[in-house]
Amino acid sequence: MPEVKMRTISYSTAINEALHEEMERDEKVFLMGEDVALSAISPATAGLGDRFGHERVRNTPISELGFTGAAVGAAMAGYRPVLDMRRIDFMMLAIDPIANQAAKLRYMLGGQVSVPLVIRAPEGGYSQNGPTHSQCLEAWFIQVPGLRVIVPSDPADVKGLLKSAIREDNPVLFVEYRSLYSLEGPVPEGDHTEPIGKAAVKKEGADITLIGIGSQARSCLEAAELLAGEGVDAEVVDPRTINPLDVEGLAASVRKTGKCVVAEEGHKSGGVGAEIAASVQEAAFGSLKAPIVRVAALDVPVPVHTKLEAIVLPSTEKIVAAAKKLLA
Amino acid sequence: MAKSTSGLSRKRMHEMYRTMLRIRRFEETADDMYMAGKVVGGVHVSIGQEACSAGVCAALREDDAVLTTHRGHGHSIAKGTRLPEMLAELMGKVTGLCRSKGGSMHIADVSKGHYGAHSIVGANMPMAAGIGLAYQLEGKDRVAVVFFGDGASNNGAFHEAMNLCAIWKLPVVFFCENNQYAVSVPAEYSTSVDDISVRSKGYDAPGLTVDGMDVAAVYEASREAVAHARRGLGPSLVEAKTYRFFGHSRGDPHYGMYRTKEEWEGWKAKDPLIVCEKMLKMTAKDKKAHADAVEAEIREAIEFAESSPEPEESVALEDIFA
Repeated sequence: MPEVKMRTISYSTAINEALHEEMERDEKVFLMGEDVALSAISPATAGLGDRFGHERVRNTPISELGFTGAAVGAAMAGYRPVLDMRRIDFMMLAIDPIANQAAKLRYMLGGQVSVPLVIRAPEGGYSQNGPTHSQCLEAWFIQVPGLRVIVPSDPADVKGLLKSAIREDNPVLFVEYRSLYSLEGPVPEGDHTEPIGKAAVKKEGADITLIGIGSQARSCLEAAELLAGEGVDAEVVDPRTINPLDVEGLAASVRKTGKCVVAEEGHKSGGVGAEIAASVQEAAFGSLKAPIVRVAALDVPVPVHTKLEAIVLPSTEKIVAAAKKLLA
Repeated sequence: MAKSTSGLSRKRMHEMYRTMLRIRRFEETADDMYMAGKVVGGVHVSIGQEACSAGVCAALREDDAVLTTHRGHGHSIAKGTRLPEMLAELMGKVTGLCRSKGGSMHIADVSKGHYGAHSIVGANMPMAAGIGLAYQLEGKDRVAVVFFGDGASNNGAFHEAMNLCAIWKLPVVFFCENNQYAVSVPAEYSTSVDDISVRSKGYDAPGLTVDGMDVAAVYEASREAVAHARRGLGPSLVEAKTYRFFGHSRGDPHYGMYRTKEEWEGWKAKDPLIVCEKMLKMTAKDKKAHADAVEAEIREAIEFAESSPEPEESVALEDIFA
């Protein structure tokens, strides 16, 4: 195998590279969203307007319903639109074209159309932006058959999965974690793609499995480091996509360790963690030595004040505490 | 309100009459099948509104697109959708256009440029804008027409889509069938304007109200709006004043619940088929020739649908991902 050259880039640069490369590769790919055309405004879309022109890197009015529906139409008519939602909170104004249209059209029309649409949905807190600018809503969308949901946690995955998402012939909700935008990490040079539907072991370990979704995969890695200092060998697994969910990939780790913490930035009730805990116990019940424990945002809105926000949101420390309780 | 001029060829008028009759007879058949318990799910017939479907689609090319609503049989037929596969869809047969998974409210025949009936009111308009955007990006002079009702003109999707099409000069015709009622709610209660077409002014686009019972008037207005779009000048809003002779669905009567008998009879007198017959001064022989051809087609559709198989269980799990 040829040696893969690595370099260190940030999560947002990795998104930017993926968009450049896929727009270069396929002229049917175009980008739409609020403020996407101005290079200076977001590192994820910087340079695209200058490189590809404003036909293909298209500012929209503040019309989430309108431009999301338009993207569904353009996708049915043979294009590959990539939407930039700025924040997933704003996407709530566009639920109909996503859940009622994009996800169902192929099925509802008996296979007559495909909807190759990518919705980039930056989300999350730790930024003192308050209840309507901090949410993590991916759990809502695993309830929508027909929609892929991708939750990348590091620069290599965000690049590789975004490129795969753009090549996918189905609608994809591509979640990006704003708290990870400046995270740096190794990314292979060249045409790097990652498979949709495959979990990844981010750190091997034998004593306990920490499953982290999106931003909390990062927190789980930090928690594993702290636990290592106390003699605990934690394994960190990142599902990377939650529709489809690689249940076997997650269960394999739990069969090995017998204990599991699931961490997510979304709210606990009805969350992705709840779905993972249920699926993993169905697949690996015999191996579990303790109940699966969830760490998640508390079931209140995310407040602005730094101190209050920290109470509500999950953290490395909360994951460590949950793991230690399980191991005690 | 714009009326037709008399500049249309008799041939064109006969074609549009034939289309209207095909729609009328298809929907009467669908209603019969429904009453006989042979339809799976609901049907919303457009009987009374046929001039809108026939007039608009006569102004379109085969490679243009239409998107329609829960009351979309007429638009589908006028755009060339195959009758046997359409009736099979209504009757829950796997040979149906949507393999029995969409039903009456999601009829589509993409091979004919029919991008679907869309049952969420208003949702089809942003999608039409997107198809228009695709056509513009392709650099071809294709046009998308989106049908909707008076009720949908109060939905944000209408306004967002109109604005997008206006700022980007997208080749989209917004065709509003103002049949006066959103289920039971009258447009005069729910809608801020008497003529919905004036809403185009907010988007600096042409707007016109026509007599929706006069197929020639609908055709002439549509031809102009389609030409405007094809020249790259952006969207138009055409409103046709029309009326459904049936209830919203089989759940409500023709009149007596929210429409008066007098109102209904007034509109029945303007039946678009009769208006067209008079314009063409049709003879009994003319009418019989049309009727015979349509009956043969309807019989063929019924035979196909009746003899088609129901879906295998596996169909429930197919067509979810490409």
